[in-house]
Amino acid sequence: MSDLRGVIVSHAAVAQALVAAVTAITGIEGVLTAVSNEGCGTEALGARLREAVGGGPAVLFVDLPGGSCFTSSARYAKQGGAAIAVVTGVNLAMLLDFVFHRDIPPAEAARRAVDAGAKAIRVTPS
Amino acid sequence: MTLALYRIDDRLIHGQVVVGWGQPLNVAFIVLVDDEVSSSDWEQDLYRMGVPPQIEVIFASVEQAAAMLPGWEADGRVGILLVGDIDTAVALAARVPQVKRFNVGGVHHRAGRTERLRFVYLTDDEAAKLRQLATHGVEVTAQDVPTARAIPVGEFT
Repeated sequence: MSDLRGVIVSHAAVAQALVAAVTAITGIEGVLTAVSNEGCGTEALGARLREAVGGGPAVLFVDLPGGSCFTSSARYAKQGGAAIAVVTGVNLAMLLDFVFHRDIPPAEAARRAVDAGAKAIRVTPS
Repeated sequence: MTLALYRIDDRLIHGQVVVGWGQPLNVAFIVLVDDEVSSSDWEQDLYRMGVPPQIEVIFASVEQAAAMLPGWEADGRVGILLVGDIDTAVALAARVPQVKRFNVGGVHHRAGRTERLRFVYLTDDEAAKLRQLATHGVEVTAQDVPTARAIPVGEFT
């Protein structure tokens, strides 16, 4: 099995809720880790990211394409090189796809997740 | 208009600033005063990504900001000025008498700091610097979002 992990980085408890939802739907545990920026400055959030990612490859799923969650994740990815990819605008659909498709490099997994997440955004009635 | 908010926030540009303050103030430009960020194109791109295209982002060192601040104050649009730490705020206020207020919006935990408010952690030295700013005529308050109460410096330092 792949050691590629997903780390969800969010404001407040969004990340925790998404991890719980993925587990409730798929039964898969231990693949996703939640990181909140609650009460964090830049240093503290960086430390939380390091702890969540551990030593292996990871895709960081960030809530917004800007702000403290994103800037900390982008800095972390810059240090991690090809082993770390960042996706913004996290949603449940992309995470559900990700947990079943981790036997690929982080950048490819990130692109695949983005495709799955984007396809889930629709207007009804269209 | 003018610079509607002078803010100390170690996260610099982030959601509370762009959305929480930016929306109700109808902000048209954000000035980020930081010597390190002003010398890094990569960091500037990072911070620019968090800002809608209709809001201009200006990066400046403390020295550049001191020279340009009167122009920003005279700008017809509404702006926010951000610094990442108390030393930068003190340095700017020392150079520009027009700086009359600072909002402490987020200074987070680090070794040596103690909790003063949920979103403000300070060393004793940093607390003294904020009080000193106030004695020099700068109104210093702590307020994370516009809907919260502006807490006077004497209540959290």
